[in-house]
Amino acid sequence: MKKWLLNWRLFSLFSVMALLLAGCGKPFLSALQPAGEVADMQYSLMLLSTAIMVLVIVVVTIIFIYVVIRFRRRKGEENKIPKQVEGSHKLEIIWTVIPILLLIILAVPTVSATFKLSDVKPMNKEKRDKNTVVVNVRANLYWWEFEYPDYGIITSQDLVVPTDERVYFNLKSSDVKHSFWIPAVGGKLDTNVENNNQFWLEFDQKAADKAKGVFYGKCAELCGPSHALMDFKVKPLPRKEFDQWVEKMKNAKPAATDAVAKEGEEIFNKSCIGCHAVTPADKRPEQARTAPNLANFGDRERIAGILKHDEENLKKWLKDPDSVKPGNKMTGTYGKLTDAQIDALTKYLMSLKVE
Amino acid sequence: MSTVARKKSLIWDYLTTVDHKKIAILYLIAGGLFFLVGGLEALFIRIQLAKPNNDFLVGGLYNEVLTMHGTTMIFLAAMPLVFAMMNAVVPIQIGARDVAFPFLNALGFWLFFFGGVFLNCSWFLGGAPDAGWTSYASLSLESPGHGIDFYVLGLQISGIGTLIGGINFLVTIINMRAPGMTYMRMPMFTWATFVTSALILFAFPPLTVGLVLMMMDRLFGGNFFNAAAGGNTIIWEHLFWIFGHPEVYILVLPAFGIFSEIFATFSRKRLFGYSSMVFATVLIGFLGFMVWAHHMFTTGLGPIANAIFAVATMAIAVPTGIKIFNWLFTMWGGSIKFTTPMMYAVAFIPSFVMGGVTGVMNAAAAADYQYHDSYFVVAHFHYVIVGGVVFALLAGAHYWWPKMFGKMLNETLGKITFWLFFIGFHLTFFIQHFLGLMGMPRRIFTYLPGQGLETGNFISTVGAFFMAAATIILLINVVITSVKGEKVSADPWGDGRTLEWAVASPPPEYNFAQTPLVRGLDALWIEKMEGKKGLTPAEPLGDIHMPNSSILPFVISLGLFIAAFGFMYHAKYSWSLFVGIGGLLITFICMFLRSVVDDHGFHIHKEEVLETEKGVKA
Repeated sequence: MKKWLLNWRLFSLFSVMALLLAGCGKPFLSALQPAGEVADMQYSLMLLSTAIMVLVIVVVTIIFIYVVIRFRRRKGEENKIPKQVEGSHKLEIIWTVIPILLLIILAVPTVSATFKLSDVKPMNKEKRDKNTVVVNVRANLYWWEFEYPDYGIITSQDLVVPTDERVYFNLKSSDVKHSFWIPAVGGKLDTNVENNNQFWLEFDQKAADKAKGVFYGKCAELCGPSHALMDFKVKPLPRKEFDQWVEKMKNAKPAATDAVAKEGEEIFNKSCIGCHAVTPADKRPEQARTAPNLANFGDRERIAGILKHDEENLKKWLKDPDSVKPGNKMTGTYGKLTDAQIDALTKYLMSLKVE
Repeated sequence: MSTVARKKSLIWDYLTTVDHKKIAILYLIAGGLFFLVGGLEALFIRIQLAKPNNDFLVGGLYNEVLTMHGTTMIFLAAMPLVFAMMNAVVPIQIGARDVAFPFLNALGFWLFFFGGVFLNCSWFLGGAPDAGWTSYASLSLESPGHGIDFYVLGLQISGIGTLIGGINFLVTIINMRAPGMTYMRMPMFTWATFVTSALILFAFPPLTVGLVLMMMDRLFGGNFFNAAAGGNTIIWEHLFWIFGHPEVYILVLPAFGIFSEIFATFSRKRLFGYSSMVFATVLIGFLGFMVWAHHMFTTGLGPIANAIFAVATMAIAVPTGIKIFNWLFTMWGGSIKFTTPMMYAVAFIPSFVMGGVTGVMNAAAAADYQYHDSYFVVAHFHYVIVGGVVFALLAGAHYWWPKMFGKMLNETLGKITFWLFFIGFHLTFFIQHFLGLMGMPRRIFTYLPGQGLETGNFISTVGAFFMAAATIILLINVVITSVKGEKVSADPWGDGRTLEWAVASPPPEYNFAQTPLVRGLDALWIEKMEGKKGLTPAEPLGDIHMPNSSILPFVISLGLFIAAFGFMYHAKYSWSLFVGIGGLLITFICMFLRSVVDDHGFHIHKEEVLETEKGVKA
């Protein structure tokens, strides 16, 4: 009976907290609206630790308020000398042992979750299951590259993943340290300059629907002037659609049809192709891939990771990248373009689509 | 030498002083100024973040401001202000006439001061450091200009100062205690200073090493952190945090000490569970070295390291909890008087508990993957450092102001400052927990609209202005008090328990005419309860041996200041190298002089002491 009562209380505390927290933030960004197995695990750990901590705060606050009100020096007590108490072993043992017990309650699930989240065995098997999706994430000064080694395709800025299964990630950086974070889907992991970090995430289809099909990703480690603007987007797709997307990517080729876009293609091949590839199958080594792959640029969610995806913003970006992303590496790598050239380039870039 | 012969101009007096009380005032002024600078930087940060897509401070400049805010607040404001309190109080609390090495004390101050000035020179010489106060290696090596060089050399110089100060207090507390002042009779603030000094001794060398390696990489073509050449940036993270985490306790333990004194004094009760408080302080100091990697949970150290450091971190909550309850029970059954320092102390409990519990939440490694480098962490450490350390420094400043300057800060203004600061603090930082959980990374100069982050950031900015207003009122209070304040007696609060309240305010140069005999914890309180007016002396009245003042500490530090400039620009101007060597020569020559020229100090004669003591009584 008593245990049931305790459970019931804990449960109600949990649900009240969950309700309160769920009101916070946007479904595409907030860690408080978990959208996958990892985020779920972390969210329940958050709730557990918050519950324990609220308990501690409540106890301290009650004693605190009582003491501060009850023992204030009142009129007429100016000369009162209170009893000089040395301490109390009983009390001191109580407030040593109870916190230890509370911490053990928190420590056990913490350790277990820490190990679960780092279980990346399936991606490192001698011969990994061909259905296991692995993405190599390479962070660069203010843009992200996503390589699917098993499919031989590369994309950037928009990460496409299948839903409702574990997706495995290799993380690294090609310049300074960054950190890969999709708050709604799970915690972050740093992209270091000297080693690969590995972890997995799972993207929940229902939550993806709620977030209107796109999650926001962030760089979480200070990396330079445009650290705040180093966003990326995540498009989770049902497995079938994901497979179709992969097929389309494998066969994608730039196909400029109208005259203006053709003109843009020429400009592109003169000024841009040295860094940017326009086919998803880019065979160059990663050191040579110094700029985002643009194969499916027309399908992107954002210009430069942050601006609304339309021609006007693309022109703005092409004209003066530094005004959009201070300190980016594209500024000054190509000659000055006339308005007509920028229009042509814009047409061409927007025509790069696989969908 | 007589008092008359030693009359000098005020400025020369302070440039050459080796008196711990005057050095305390120097620390207070310098730390206070840097606190204002760091506060202004904080205000700029909050203005920029008040609305989405703001263009007040963009990109690189914002990074410079945020880096300097953190670096200034930790190294140039909080640390020296802690040292101000330690210098003003600890020697008197243990019944000593000065610290063990007065010359080194002055040297420590001037090194810190010149290091801080050097660091801030960067603003006028091509830009401040911009890689965050942690200055992670890959980013700081990429950083153009000399910003990071200023960081490396400035912190190196001021770090030596801190290390010297720490060693000095260790020796002082071990050797200079008055007869009868056993370890377990030391006031809690002295205990905190003792443990803090030990932490400084062990924590600053890793920082020094890290900074030397980075200096080699930045200025002399080293490759310690250059991954392409076989270096490793993770090493910097380890070195920095092996220093950086104990640094938190270096700041917060003295804060605990200050509050322990205040709780006891204004509750008119001895500290509850004194022995367990001492035990908890030592334990926190020890565990403080075992947890640094919790700052690196997302670096990819693997589940075993993360789990170990998670559990170790949680363990720190236990001794901290012991302290919180001991403070509550110090007040329990007491007679609480709500003076300004006591208001800070009382407000500290819920504020710090908030910071403590979010610390435990951060310790849960798997969940920390979400909190790390988000505004949740920003909220957490501001709750700890502002709610703990800054509250303590403000409390301590109000509490010991009459002791340091002989005048009482205005209580009404003090309480207004308190309320504004308290409200502003919670307004600024509470909401940031939620901003972090809602997906706002830290150290971003802007955020786009439509991500649900607008309201929280605006509230946070409003709070910052409350704290700014509080600071302005505090400054007005200081000015009014120094102009109009009335002279106060030795024990102006009326409830003083420890030795500093037995000597005049401000204390005479020699502190105690006769070294006191300590007969228990709260030595002055014991005498008071027995109806005695003063302390029981442990020695007859006699001549007092005092150290000579000296300009050498100033010049030694100045030499390093010049040398730093020289070496920093050596790649650009070939003659600059000679400036560097010249600066070092100044320093070494002064050190040589100090070593070979004997300085026997001087004596204050018995008659003079009697004269001064009479003046105090009259």
